Amino acid sequence: MTNSLKKTLLIGTALTVLFLAAGLAMPKWLLFLSTMALSHGLVSLGIVLLMRIGVVSFGQGFVFAVGGYASAMAANHLGITDAFLMVLIGGGAAVLCALPFAPLLSRYRGIFFAMLTLAISMVLYGILVKTEALGGSDGFNVSRPTLFGQSIASEQSNWLLYSVAVLVVGVLATLARIYVDSVRGLVSLAIRENELRVEYLGASVSQAVALNYLLASFMGGVGGALTLMSLGHIEPNFAYWTTSGEFVFVAILAGHHSMLAVFVGSFVVEVVRSFSNLYFPNTWQLAMGLFLLVVIRFLPLGLGSLWTNRRKKKTTGQEGGSA
Amino acid sequence: MTTAKTQTMLSARGLMKSFGAVTAADNVNIDIPTGQRVSLIGSNGAGKTTFVNMVTGYLKPDAGTIELDGQSIAGLGPRRITGLGVARSFQIPQLALDMSALDNMLVAAACNDGHQSFWRPAHASDRIDRAMAMLSKFSLEEHAHRRVSELPGGVRKLLDIAMALTGRPKLLLLDEPTSGVSVDEKFPMMDTISAALASERVTVLFVEHDMEIVTRYSDRVIAFYSGRVIADDPPSTVLDDPQVQRYVTGSIKRGH
Amino acid sequence: MLALTILFDGIIYASWLFIVALGLTLIFGVLKILNIAHGSFYAVGAYVTASFVSWSVGAGMSPAWSLLFMLLAALAVSLLLAPLVERLLLRSFYGRDEVLLVLVTYALFLILEDVTKLIWGAVPYYVTEPYMLFGVLDIGLMSYVGYDFVLIGFAIVCGLGVWWGLNRTRTGKIVLAVIHSNEIAASMGINVAKVCTLAFMFGIFLASLAGALTSPMISVQPGLASGVIIVSFAVVIIGGLGSIEGAAIGAVIVGLARALAVHTWPAAELFSIYIAMAIVLMFRPEGLFHRIQARKI
Repeated sequence: MTNSLKKTLLIGTALTVLFLAAGLAMPKWLLFLSTMALSHGLVSLGIVLLMRIGVVSFGQGFVFAVGGYASAMAANHLGITDAFLMVLIGGGAAVLCALPFAPLLSRYRGIFFAMLTLAISMVLYGILVKTEALGGSDGFNVSRPTLFGQSIASEQSNWLLYSVAVLVVGVLATLARIYVDSVRGLVSLAIRENELRVEYLGASVSQAVALNYLLASFMGGVGGALTLMSLGHIEPNFAYWTTSGEFVFVAILAGHHSMLAVFVGSFVVEVVRSFSNLYFPNTWQLAMGLFLLVVIRFLPLGLGSLWTNRRKKKTTGQEGGSA
Repeated sequence: MTTAKTQTMLSARGLMKSFGAVTAADNVNIDIPTGQRVSLIGSNGAGKTTFVNMVTGYLKPDAGTIELDGQSIAGLGPRRITGLGVARSFQIPQLALDMSALDNMLVAAACNDGHQSFWRPAHASDRIDRAMAMLSKFSLEEHAHRRVSELPGGVRKLLDIAMALTGRPKLLLLDEPTSGVSVDEKFPMMDTISAALASERVTVLFVEHDMEIVTRYSDRVIAFYSGRVIADDPPSTVLDDPQVQRYVTGSIKRGH
Repeated sequence: MLALTILFDGIIYASWLFIVALGLTLIFGVLKILNIAHGSFYAVGAYVTASFVSWSVGAGMSPAWSLLFMLLAALAVSLLLAPLVERLLLRSFYGRDEVLLVLVTYALFLILEDVTKLIWGAVPYYVTEPYMLFGVLDIGLMSYVGYDFVLIGFAIVCGLGVWWGLNRTRTGKIVLAVIHSNEIAASMGINVAKVCTLAFMFGIFLASLAGALTSPMISVQPGLASGVIIVSFAVVIIGGLGSIEGAAIGAVIVGLARALAVHTWPAAELFSIYIAMAIVLMFRPEGLFHRIQARKI
């Protein structure tokens, strides 16, 4: 195994253990906040993968909702309540639902890619709102998941759900980092820059886009399942375009070079949202909007550029190992 | 990839292509033996780029056939044709501007591999070594870690060609390799390219406007006008041809 | 009878939607920006009108003044807010990637969402007095509110006015030149920056006017913007970005689709619009009356 792979696995494991341990010292509200940050961050991570190949999805609410509803229905109707299984079901269902759209979407770019993903998510929203069997616009509740056959006591639920989220995100983010550093990851970046050339070099651009879309869908579905478990509730708003917008927001904030930055960004958004709701009602969107403008204007590569070497004018060509 | 199967690398028969009222290819018939260095000349709009585009799959001929090393390729897409052993460079170098020269080479190698790994690091030392080896064939090692957007035009053209050569193609098409390059750089550049190609048994087609380059670096010249081939001979013969003088080079026999 | 109801409902809905979409498509045509915040200006127009009308009713003025207030509201928004937004905000991002500009307008949407909540609060406003200004018309067995007809008429006037303005006046030709290519226009000596500012202001005027005109028919509350945004996007995508005729046809299609769903298959009300949008994107991404080339491989 090469050095950079070892380094990535090491960093990934270390961070996962670190956050698990930190969870023991966190108060309940922080555990909940962090769990939401991790779950939502995962959806944004999927968007980052798409940004790396040159497209922006404004409709990840689609897979987020599918993941949430699928795992919720698995729990309520199929009796599958194990947290890790629910996560897998969420991710799997999202990929299955995204699959028919992948070949189509892979042929679009720019605004039209964004609008088509938006339209698809709004179609789902429209269906969910009017489907009484799924609770209509109110959605429905889900009881607490179980872990390895054991039910979760309410005292420990925050920490256990947090830990599940940390483990799942730890694995997926590490895999994402490996993918990003891989041969395919580099070709994706080249596609973003000049897809004509990549096609002339013999690689299929539309296959690559479709693939990244499916990876992003899996992450979105897992994020949806994790969110469902934390909230204990699912509703059509998961698919609404403003929800999708928030995921894009975090992805832009983070930039597409650092995996860790995505979760830092997601955490910042959750904190600002909670605190402003508490102390300065009706200001968190204002703050977010201003923040987004600042980032777009002054940090075009996102927050991640603050600590990776992307900020320097010359690239060294040696990546590997950054978070 | 470089091992040709037949003696005739490229065979075009009865190629026709029109864009509305403009005839870009009018019954073009060309046979190119393996290993030959052929230049395509003609004024702008004469049909040489159209020919290159049809061979590389960017355009589909209206009629006619194209065979690459015995295999029919007319109408196939660029990706498939690349897979069959054709590579091209571009008049305006098509590169990933925000990435380093080395990264561009790594991408070229990866695309030519046919399968791209989901987990093997892009910057593994063996890959870097191979990419650097190709870069040094074109004397580009010093630029390896610089971003392409910071590189001068001549360097970018060489990089473009180096990337095309990465896949060890059977047929290489160079679209105006020396255009935009300063006069004193043209010959050194073509010398570098020739040296790099010397070790490969590649059939080369290049589109050129500079007749000195044409004379010095090609075995055979094909002149286009109005979509038709008006001359097809060794350089000295073609450049003395009165039709070529009228329609391509003007009254100047040699020059820019 | 049902068919007539559906037709009428559809056309009313299409009318205000057309005015909004017209502004959106114009802004895209001239500035090449897909303005996510367009619905926010609609909402602001509605809120400002609601405030004016509440005040005037409270002061004992006749509801007839409301129409003037609507116009004033739209003018206020477009003359005060729009140039600020365009000059201070949008201009610093010109030339950047098209999706990035969309994100800038998304940030603007977020900001305006909270600003309207901070100014007007979260409680819904009902200012229905102007709705009865034109009485009720009885046609056959059905009763129709006169205001609705006025709205339809207004939409037609707007559409024709903009079309005439663009195609038959000198200013219009200048704007068309910028729509076609701002580089070529600039090289012809046209002050492109000024055209952009004015086009943005006019587009915003239309959005806030639509909000003003519709305010007596709805409850003016938070969430208005996000609903309008998504529907107007569907309209311009279906009709084709940058096309006036497209905005009209798109608005009619969306209006009728929604009316049909509401009266025959209520469950389809929401997704019918987006299915139409998705279908157009899949088969004719430039829209029905395209002016631009969709980025499709």
